[in-house]
Order: sequence, then structure tokens, then C-alpha cells
Amino acid sequence: MERSFAKEIELLRLGKGETFHGEGILAVTKALLQSGVSYVGGYQGAPVSHLLDVLVQAKDLMGELGINVEANTSEASAAAMLAASINYPVRGAVTWKSVVGTNVAADALSNLSSAGVKGGALIISGEDYGEGASIIQERTHAFALKSTIWMVDPRPNLETIAHMVEKSFELSEVSNSPVMMELRIRACHVQGSFKAKDNVVAKVSSINKEEEPASFLYARLSHPPVTFTQEKQKLEHRLPAAQKFILENQLNEVISGDISSHGIIVQGGLFNTLMRRLSNLHLADAFGNSRIPILVLNVTHPLVPEQIQEFCLARESVLVMEEGNPEFIEQQIGQILRRADIQTRLHGKDILPQAGEYSAEVVTKGLVEFLSQNEPDGVNVEILRDEAANLTNIKISAQGSLDESLPPRPPGFCTGCPERPVFSAIKLLKEEIGDIHIAADIGCHAFATFEPFSMGNSILGYGMSLASAAGVRQIQKKRTISIMGDGGFWHNGLQTGVLSTLFNEGDAILIIMQNGYASATGQQYIPSSVKLDNQKPISIDIEKTLNALGVKWLKTIRTYSVDVMVKTLREAMTTSFDGLKVIIADGECMLARQRRLKTDNRRKIEAGLKVVTPRFGVDDEICTGDHSCIRLSGCPSLTIKPSPDPLRTDPVAHVINSCVGCGLCGEIAHAAVLCPSFYKAERIQNPGQIEKVIHRIRQTIIGLMTNEKSIV
Amino acid sequence: MTNKEITSSLNILIAAMGGEGGGVLMDWIVKTAIAAGLPVQATSIPGVAQRTGATTYYIEIWPERLDDDASKRPIFSLSPAIGEIDIMIATELAEGARALGNGFITPNRTTLISSTHRVFLTLEKMAMGDGRLDDKKLYAALKRSAKKSVMFDASEVAAQHNTIINAVLLGALAGTGALPFEPDAYTASIEAEGKSIEPNLAGFRAGLENSQAGSKRFGQDIINSETGGKVALNLETRVNQNFPAETRDIIILGVNRLTDYQNTAYAERYLDRLTSFAEIDSDLCRELGRHLAVRMSFEDIIRVAQAKVRENRFNRIRRELGAMETEPYHITDFFKPGIREFCDLLPPALAKTVLSWAERYGYLDTFYWGMQVRTTSILGFLKIWFLSKLRWWRPRSYRWSEEQKQIDDWLTLVKNTAENNIELAREVVELSRLIKGYGSTHRRGLSNFGLIVDTYVTPFLNDPGLLDGASSSIKEAREAALADPEGEALKMVLEDNGQREDALAAE
Repeated sequence: MERSFAKEIELLRLGKGETFHGEGILAVTKALLQSGVSYVGGYQGAPVSHLLDVLVQAKDLMGELGINVEANTSEASAAAMLAASINYPVRGAVTWKSVVGTNVAADALSNLSSAGVKGGALIISGEDYGEGASIIQERTHAFALKSTIWMVDPRPNLETIAHMVEKSFELSEVSNSPVMMELRIRACHVQGSFKAKDNVVAKVSSINKEEEPASFLYARLSHPPVTFTQEKQKLEHRLPAAQKFILENQLNEVISGDISSHGIIVQGGLFNTLMRRLSNLHLADAFGNSRIPILVLNVTHPLVPEQIQEFCLARESVLVMEEGNPEFIEQQIGQILRRADIQTRLHGKDILPQAGEYSAEVVTKGLVEFLSQNEPDGVNVEILRDEAANLTNIKISAQGSLDESLPPRPPGFCTGCPERPVFSAIKLLKEEIGDIHIAADIGCHAFATFEPFSMGNSILGYGMSLASAAGVRQIQKKRTISIMGDGGFWHNGLQTGVLSTLFNEGDAILIIMQNGYASATGQQYIPSSVKLDNQKPISIDIEKTLNALGVKWLKTIRTYSVDVMVKTLREAMTTSFDGLKVIIADGECMLARQRRLKTDNRRKIEAGLKVVTPRFGVDDEICTGDHSCIRLSGCPSLTIKPSPDPLRTDPVAHVINSCVGCGLCGEIAHAAVLCPSFYKAERIQNPGQIEKVIHRIRQTIIGLMTNEKSIV
Repeated sequence: MTNKEITSSLNILIAAMGGEGGGVLMDWIVKTAIAAGLPVQATSIPGVAQRTGATTYYIEIWPERLDDDASKRPIFSLSPAIGEIDIMIATELAEGARALGNGFITPNRTTLISSTHRVFLTLEKMAMGDGRLDDKKLYAALKRSAKKSVMFDASEVAAQHNTIINAVLLGALAGTGALPFEPDAYTASIEAEGKSIEPNLAGFRAGLENSQAGSKRFGQDIINSETGGKVALNLETRVNQNFPAETRDIIILGVNRLTDYQNTAYAERYLDRLTSFAEIDSDLCRELGRHLAVRMSFEDIIRVAQAKVRENRFNRIRRELGAMETEPYHITDFFKPGIREFCDLLPPALAKTVLSWAERYGYLDTFYWGMQVRTTSILGFLKIWFLSKLRWWRPRSYRWSEEQKQIDDWLTLVKNTAENNIELAREVVELSRLIKGYGSTHRRGLSNFGLIVDTYVTPFLNDPGLLDGASSSIKEAREAALADPEGEALKMVLEDNGQREDALAAE
């Protein structure tokens, strides 16, 4: 794994009254332990990866608490785990990334929520929305609505987050429904503190096992005819129970204010942004006291109609602040008010933007617009308008002083990444045979969609690339190439892509990036990982798996061998074999490899053992500043510098110290017949005696010959 | 702390790239605030941006101690807001500029701490010529926009102290006094973190010193060429006598380069070629002097070999490796000459025969000798050294004869255009930038050069009244030729020109 959580694991052991200082998502983890969970599962993905990563590393503590931690192979298997809470009084939690994880989990979730739960079932969804998000922009909220899963959206401070985790389990149990907590990116990564409680050992767990399995009860199956009853139960029993609990436990908060003619209803997760904006508009102080009354929805589904009616009744207008679309909450509030015949004006996405994150700028402008339209007593709207205009002015003047716009700096392949050479090879092949339809996928290899490769015709989801080429290959004269990571392969690609293509005898090319980890999310282990820390041998192998399925054309190529890769790709594109052709591009994630090498080499140097460290370089004098090498690589360590030659103005290529000597520069110079300016240099530490002597002889002779004065 | 009532937090935004330790920098600041008993909150949006992309970290600190009373706890925001940043830390110049463009650096409030080094964007790096942003402009804009600024090359300072940039920037932050903590409070956080304490503390102290010393001069270009050597006295005299003062530095460099490349006689030939331009226009002569020297020292196998066996090169590479004087090291050089490069060295008649044979049988672009030569071994060194000693043969080679012909044609073109229009002549000189590199890159450059000459220069020479704005057209075409290797941009520009001409003809 990319990170060691040794310190964080200590945080998980804190007892009653001690202060937890740390990250939001780890506060959730701690709160799970305080809630007495019996099992935890999930699938990694920003921004919730740490929740599971820390538990996977905290083996001892999990053993003591009797918690079963499962690193599931997909969100679907994580969601299915929650079935334990259908039959047994056990609490469990699973986590994944936002709407994409929920989509994968959908089948199990629908069935789970129909059957209902006995023990508390909690889903932690990392709402990957807005700045920093890496996926399609949709709301998980929609899923909660249609499956009758309650949605918790806590105020983004650790105290509230931890409290709401504990309350979510209670809510789940009193209403027999699964609960989903959505945490936005910044909330997951927020550093703060809360007063911890003791961890709770579950009554039923891996150390307190049940004597007998639950007895047969048809009503617990999501299978007709009871599914019809279950639908009714959801609405007639579970929903009212949840609403009662929310009201009685004051999960939503009301903040009173002197401008009582107007009000704001806000998702808990947006509360801090709202308060800061009000404070800057002189309508609130820094401590949460507002002049405008606010209803904070820490639970955004279900709404409690009585609470909404009560908040709105005496007011001329309310503003609903709800991020993302459609505006489900606003629509429901409109319906609640209409049914109760309450005439309060309802604002929301008429004023605030339909799409996109509700950033500080957006909220300020929305608030000013709301107040301008309604002009409450005691508010000087003119001053507020100036504040809003000022924001635009600052940006305009800053951009004016820069005088040119900056291109974005997207993420890219790390120095020495084993996936980069594959795209160098594809680019070279394209120069030879023309453009190729490329089905891209989710994972680090998606960075090839950026410069300098700019490749990929579609991204359809994690592990979906091969499946997404099925319709294309019939309408293309040339073959298509699908790219998939080993993470995506096990997550989904094996089943949706490989099996489907074999079953349909499709003529397709699949490149599997075998780097050994789920690398983009922090190098979590996958089924085919070589688990070096506990010396487990590889038990599941991609090549063997494909052989067993009957893949006839299968080649494993070391990724850095660009020449061989180009040849293999050319063959795949042109061979008369018209079935599925798979190329396994084999090369361990360089981040993981370097971390291991660093420790190994330090140990070796200390022990006096020989260590050879390679790196690449460019001879300035030979480089003419055309940068073909960069257009085929894009490596962060291969950059440019001002030409040291005053007669040339174009910058020259330059390899910086972060180079790990992966060899790609040499391979590219070779495969693409570039310039001869690249060299590989190797430092030899702790050399043997003979090596030292040879070196001295060489140095002397070369020294004599390079010194022009002594020779020639 | 003052008695004035505090109504808002201190807001700190860090702009960094993945892998620079921005998260650790954030942690240090947070720990320092906690140790001082101040309420603090921090957050970030790392995601996949941690893979070398741009990302930000955001911290809010309430600048006074508060009772443990829950009713008076500040509500911290999770995202930075326009015009509300007290301290902006940027680990790189363009990321600082990005923060400025987003409205996070304002003259009434922001203390800016920014490193002045550049980590080039892929788009800047992959350009065929010079695609770099104007860093002097970025620097000036930042300097102008902040209330107070501390700007220096923190990356360089970090390298000097064998640490990473975050510790240096923490030191710089401490030096500004923008947060209510003494330097010791920050170092305590570094020590508490417990990792790489010594290098981090060294980086911190260096950052602190730089910050207190104020900003450094910016924009020194380091010129460090390995082709040293002295210019023959008689040539130096000739340059001083025959060329305007403002051209001499460049011409001396040219003389120097060509003496090293071939011999003094060849350097004299350079001066012969240039002399007639000295009287026409000194600007033209200076630029021509620059490009002519580069063209005359065309890249053949001998030149590559010369560069590969220079004594300075071995020392430089050893330093790059961080190897000690006595420590063994290896250098492996990559060569892949083809039939063309081989023929470059043959006598012209023989070369032409071989080339036409190779072309007929399709070997020209398919036959290469891939070689990896270990230049630090005696045998490997000898191979290259031998090639570098083939200078005497060079004037008899096919490549030499071709190059000299092309250079003379180009000079004639410059001369003829200069008689009519100096500006146009300058552009014809500048066109020579297209001809560079090796193999296919070199051929592409030559062919683009020819296309542009045929389209714009030749018609002008035939009828000087024909083309208004020819020089700006040439500039446009030259930039287009350097825009993409596929030649799409150049094709578009030339097509536009064709249509314009057709339209003119139709009138």
C-alpha cells in the first residue's frame, strides 16, 4: 500500500474523553468502532480509500474487536456483504466511491433495501463531486430515493460526522432500512478533532459467534410474493419510523435568527460554506450565529414534512441550497408546501446554478441574488451587491495582470511508470498505420487521454473498455484496441469484456496493464498481487486465468520493451487470427517498486553490498531542441531547460534528478530512431576491488585521450 | 495578540503538485497551530492529482485561544474564497500564477510565498520549438498582486540541503511572520513528525534565511557550454575590424564553435560568408551569424562523437550521479544510425549510388544499426573516439557537400531579399530554425523550409511588388511548421495562402 497508517491505527485505539486529531474519513472509521460494528467491507477509490486501508492494516485491533474486514473485489461484493444484517442483529458498514461505486453495487443494494435489515447497515459514499473529482458528475442521492435508503449528509466537522455515524446505525435499526452517508471530497480529507469514546465489541462477531443460523423466514427474502409486501412496508412502516427518529433525535438542526421573514434550508454538507458566506456578508458571526434562520438537513432523505412546514410557515420566502441535479430536495419541499397550502415563496435552483459545485463564489452570488429579490428588512442590499460584484472584479483584474491564460496541469503518469511505454508504442504504431479506435478505461492508464498521448475514444466505466468496443469493432475496417488495468480486469473486465468477447467470438485486441496493484487509488492489493509484506505467493494469475478461459492469442510483454511492444501490436492489428487477442503489458507500479528499492538499497549500502543506481541524461550539445522524445514520453523527469548554447534559442531536453532509470528514454530513442543525445549512467556504490582497479585503469586511459593537449 | 476583537480566521492556501509533500507541509502548519492552542482546520482535494497534477491544500486558523466551551467554536470553511486568502504558498511559479488567476492573491490581504522555479507543463515541453510560458511576466504579475511577497527558487535551496521543497517553504513562511508563531514552534512540529528530521530542519533554516533576506534577483540564464576553447588571435582581430560592435559576441561564439567543429580554416570560411552582410544591417548580420554558425556545424556522426568523448562530459555525468571521484560509474550511449547516416560519411558519388539503390529496394527507412555503446569502457570509448577523429575526412563527405550547397543557396536568398526588404531577409534568416535534429526530424525541417521558401520567398523575388506583408506570412508559416510534427498547422496556413492568391488572381 502507498501509505503506512501506523499512526492512524493508534488513533483508532483512543478511549473515552481522549481527543482524536485527524482526517474526516478516519473519524468515520473510529466512529464505526465506537458503534460496535461486526464487519466492514468496501472497494477503494478517492476520497474514501483510507477508511478501508487503515482497517486492512489494523489487523491486531480488528482481531481484538472481532471485526471481519473484507477488501472486496468490487462494490457489488461489498454491498452483498450487508446481507448479514438482514438475518442477524449485527452492524456492518461498507464504503466506496460515489455514484460509480453505487452503480456497481446497485443490484445488491436494491435487494437489501427491499428485504430490510435487522442490524444497522451503513454505506459510506465518497461523494466525488466538484473540484478534484475524477468521475462523471451525478448524485448518489437519486439512488437513495428510488431504493428507500436513508441519506445522511452531515455538517463537515468531525464532531458531527462521528455523531451521525453512530446515529445512522440507530436510524437503520429502528426503521429496518439501510442508511447511506455521503461525504464530499473536502469533508473526507478535513483535518479536525473530536472527543473520542471507547470502542465497542459487538455482541455477535467473529469472537462471539452465533450458535445457530437464523431460521428460515420467507419474509426476509426479496423474492415474490413478499416483495409486494416489502414495498408497502417501506412506505407504511419504515418511512414513518425513520421520520419519527429524525425528529426525536434532532438530527436536523434549526438555527434561529432575527430576520425571521426569510429562511434557508441547507444540506448539512454545505453548512460551513453557507455560514462563512453569511459571515462575510455581515449576516452571521464566525461562531454559527446567523441573522437569517437556517434549517440544516443532516438527513436529506427522508425529509420530515412537519419539520419543513414548521420552518417555512411564518416566512415570506425560503432558499433551498442543494448541490447537484436534479434538485430532489427542493422538489419535495415544494410538494410539501403545496400540499399544506403554505404560501412561502420557494427559491433554489432558480437562483443558484443548476450544475456544479457550490463554491464560495457561487454561494455568495446566490445569497445576494436571494436577498436582492426579497429585500428583507434590516438588510442593505446595495452593499451586498457590491460585495458580489467585487468577486468578479478581483478575478478580472488578476487575469488581466497575468495577460495570458494558464493551461491546466492535469495528473499524469509518474516518473518511470510502466504504463507510459505502452502508449509510446501505440503512438509509434499510429504513425505507421494511421489512427486506431481506442477504448479507454478507468485507472492510471486513463492519463493517456492527456498530452502528449491524447488517446482514447471512450471511457465507459471501470473495467468496461473491452465491452465498450463490442459495437465499434463491427463498423471499423481496422481493429480496435481496448486498454484495461489489472484492477479493472478483476473488478469487472474479466466478466463483461473477456467472457462476452469469447462468447461472441469477437475480433478484438485487449491490452491489460499488469502493474500488480490498484495503483490509482493508492496501491491496494488485487487478486493477482504479489503480496510482498506477508510473503504470500501469487495464487491468482491473469495469464493462467485467460488460458483457462480459452484465450488462444495471448502474449505477455515487458512494458519497457517499446520495440517488442510495437511489433506485437502490429502483429495483433494484422494477424489473420480473428478471435480475442490479449497483450499483458507487464511491469510493476513504479511508485511501489521505488518504495521497496529505496529501503532495500539503503540496507544494502549499510551492509557494504554493491548497489547499482541507473539514471538517464541528455547531452545538451547534441540535443537540437525538437522535443520528439518528450512527445513520445511525457515523463515528469524528462523536461526542458534553457539552451546552454548561446547560439541556439530553443530549450533543450533535460533529465532531472528524479529520474529512476526505467530505460524508456533509451527505448524510445531506439524504437523511434530519435537523436543520439540520450545516455544511461550508472552509479556503483560499494564496488568490488577488481571493479575499482578496472575503473582506475579506464579513467587513466580515457583521461589521457580526452585531454587534447597531451594527444593529437 | 491585539485587543481588537477577532472576527475572522487566518486563511492559508497551498498550491502544489502531487509528490511534493504539500500534505506534509499542511500537517506541519496544523500541528504548529494545535501546539499553540489555536483552533485549526485543514483540508485538501488530492484524489488522482497526487500523480503529478496540480492540487491545493487549505488551512484556516483562528488566531486566538478559545475556552473549551462548545458554544463558541468557530465554523471553519472547507474551501478557499476569492479575496480571502491571508497566506498563499505556491511550490512553483505557474501554480502561484494559477492561484492569482483564481482570485486567491489580493493586494490588500495576501502574503505570498512562492518558489520561482518552473516545472514545465507537458504542453510547454512538447512544443517543437520554444513553448514555454513567459516566466518573467508571471513573476512580475505575482509580485505586483500580493500585499507582501517572498519569492525565491525554493527548489534549488531544497536541493542544496538535500531535502524537499516543503521544508524550505515552511521556513519561508516562518520568516514572513504572517502567522503568530515563532520559528521554534514550527521546528517543534518537524521534530514531532519524526521523519527525516535533520534534512527538513536544514531546509527550514535555509527557507527562513531566504525569507528574511528578501527576494532574490530573478531570471538569470545560466550559460554553461562544454565547448570551451580559445579563438585564434588573427580571427579575433578580423572580427573586431570587419564587424559592427553589437554583432561581435555572437560571431566570436560562432568562430569558436566552428574551430572546435572543424578547424580555423572553416571558421575563416564562416567569416568570409558573413562579411558581405556586415554592411547591410547589423541586426541582420548578428542573427545570420547565429544561425549560420549552427548550420555550418551540422550534426553528423563525427560531431556526435566529438561531443560524446569530451573530458568535461565525463565529469559532468559523474557529478549528476552524485558519485565520488574514485567511485566507478558507467555510461551507455544509444545510437541508431541508418543507411542515410552511413552515406553521409561516404564520398558524394558513392553515397548517391548507395542511396538510390537503398531507395529502390525499400531499405532506406527500414534498415538501422541499433547500438548501445558503453563509453566508459576502453573499447567503447575507442569506437567513439575514432569517429570523433574523422574530422579530416569530413570535407570529402557527401553530407558536407550537400550542406555547403544548401547553406550557399540560403545565403543567396538572404542576400537577394535583403536588397529589397531587410525585414523579409530577417525572416528568411530565422527560417533556418526549422532545420534541426536528426533523421526524420531533419528531413521534415528541410522540407518545410523548402515549402515556405517556394510559397512566399521565391514569388517575392520574382516580383517584389507582389506580396504585401510577406514577412509576417513567413513568420506565421514558420510558427505553424513548429506547431505540430504532423504538419497539419503548416498545411492549413499554406492552403489559406493558396486561396488568397486564387482570390487575388480572380479579381
